[in-house]
Amino acid sequence: MQLSPGEWQAIWLTAQLAGLTTLILLLVGAPLGWWLARSTSRWANPVAALVALPLVLPPTVIGFYLLLLLGPQGAVGATLQALGLPHLAFNFWGILIGSVIYSMPFAVQPLREAFAAIDARLLDAAATLRAGPVDRFIHVVLPLSRGGILTAVVITFAHTVGEFGVIAMLGGNLAGETRVVSIAIYDYTQGLNYDAAHRLSAILVGFSFLTLLTFYAINQRVLAPIKPN
Amino acid sequence: MIEGNLTLQQGSFTLQTGTFAVPASGVTALFGRSGSGKSTLLRALAGLVATTRGQLCFKGERWQNDAWQLPTPQRDIGFMFQDAALFPHLSVQGNLLFAWQRAPAATRGAQEAAIANVAQRVGISDLLGQPSSTLSGGQRQRVAMARALLSQPRLLCMDEPLSALDTPARAELLALIDTLAQETHLPVLYITHAPLEVQRLAERVIFLADGRIQRIQSLADALAQVDSPLFADEGPVSVLHGALQARDGDGLTPFVHYNLRLRLSLPASAQPSATRLRIKARDVALATLPPQGLSVLNQLPVTVQALQPEREGRVVVVCQLIDGQPLLAEITAYSCRTLDIAPGQHLWALIKSVALLD
Repeated sequence: MQLSPGEWQAIWLTAQLAGLTTLILLLVGAPLGWWLARSTSRWANPVAALVALPLVLPPTVIGFYLLLLLGPQGAVGATLQALGLPHLAFNFWGILIGSVIYSMPFAVQPLREAFAAIDARLLDAAATLRAGPVDRFIHVVLPLSRGGILTAVVITFAHTVGEFGVIAMLGGNLAGETRVVSIAIYDYTQGLNYDAAHRLSAILVGFSFLTLLTFYAINQRVLAPIKPN
Repeated sequence: MIEGNLTLQQGSFTLQTGTFAVPASGVTALFGRSGSGKSTLLRALAGLVATTRGQLCFKGERWQNDAWQLPTPQRDIGFMFQDAALFPHLSVQGNLLFAWQRAPAATRGAQEAAIANVAQRVGISDLLGQPSSTLSGGQRQRVAMARALLSQPRLLCMDEPLSALDTPARAELLALIDTLAQETHLPVLYITHAPLEVQRLAERVIFLADGRIQRIQSLADALAQVDSPLFADEGPVSVLHGALQARDGDGLTPFVHYNLRLRLSLPASAQPSATRLRIKARDVALATLPPQGLSVLNQLPVTVQALQPEREGRVVVVCQLIDGQPLLAEITAYSCRTLDIAPGQHLWALIKSVALLD
């Protein structure tokens, strides 16, 4: 199966977008998930609902509001332009922000569940052994949450690869900038180039299946030894 | 001293210690029914409850001032939890390393020796490589004990460490805790609702009920009080201190304290190291004349010190043994009247049965 340079570009762009989104969501999702799992604040529920919103909203709605916000007339876009920077509609950074928001529940939810399942007494024990909060998080919470972290990484990455609506609304179809694989497939289909659409679609199906297969295989192995007897 | 005055609210439960002060030495038992606030108090002392308010000082060092708390990691506390709370993602060795690597005077060079030493003392040398999730209850608590010791604490807190264990494991660990408390000279705060564990280990007792400290007594004072909560299960009990000697020609083992001498019948295989004997007041009979022709092994001269008021037709007579230790005898009010027992009187105590606390 021969891929054109344009198709390679779309695949590489998709990988970059999904990789960066996953990285950002791990960094943002870990503290957020921790807070949601442990907080007794009255803000916990509204924040949880907000994080889960992308699960139920059509991606076009998210893309639409982000377009308004990040575009040249929007609060963020206009501010950036006033600072001499480009606005964020129709460029890579814009769709990265869109992806982070769109995939957020897929990262936060597994992390939150993993954190909530940790026995609080282990953290107490670590505290009495002189581990401060960051030490406890790194050396107790993270190792005990590795199943949840793995889930968050795989699902977030795969979900971002499969993203279409938000990017279509916010990023358009610019080669090398916003034309990810899903957009390219749509573009080919619109142009009745079914062979090319087939190639990319088959690649996505294969990739997604292999990813999930590997994930389930690893998950079984990773989780087995730390299940309490 | 550990002194202060702490309050905290958890749901409908309120802990209100009132002003307290306990010496920071030896084993102090926290005794009370479940729900009396023992665990909450111990957790508050360890700084594990953020909502604690009040004052707390440990050996003159401030640990709590109103809402301000010295963070737990800076309190140098070794804490043994009811369920051991071993880190399930680490091996036994990993759990011990976790403690050692964060201990103040720990060096990498001394690491192996320190771990080997503590592991040997608590009897887990052959478990080091095992995952912590495969251990039995008794093994888990031993590892927890080693982990707490390796963190080089200034205070050991134990929250019912034996409650999840079966009887043999419990006896073994109790002896181990006793030995280590004496060897390390660390002050120990020990939660239990078992009077036997108090009698076995404690130097003094903090009695808790309904979230309040009711009183703090030395074990001797607590045992001299006939209505002590320690006697709720089995009635009054005396605990005698002393040392076992080698088996004598009659096949009996002497238990000696100054000029006091009891003789015990122990199984030949037993090699106990107990320093405390437990005698139920009900197992002690009194005689006004030196008894003769009795099978009872231990017949000791005593002086009556006090008579407790009659309850349900029975009277507890507080006696003093020749070495000064108290011995309680529970007899019927009828016998007490007939024998005309009164303070100052010299009697013979017949001890029908004793138990070693080991």
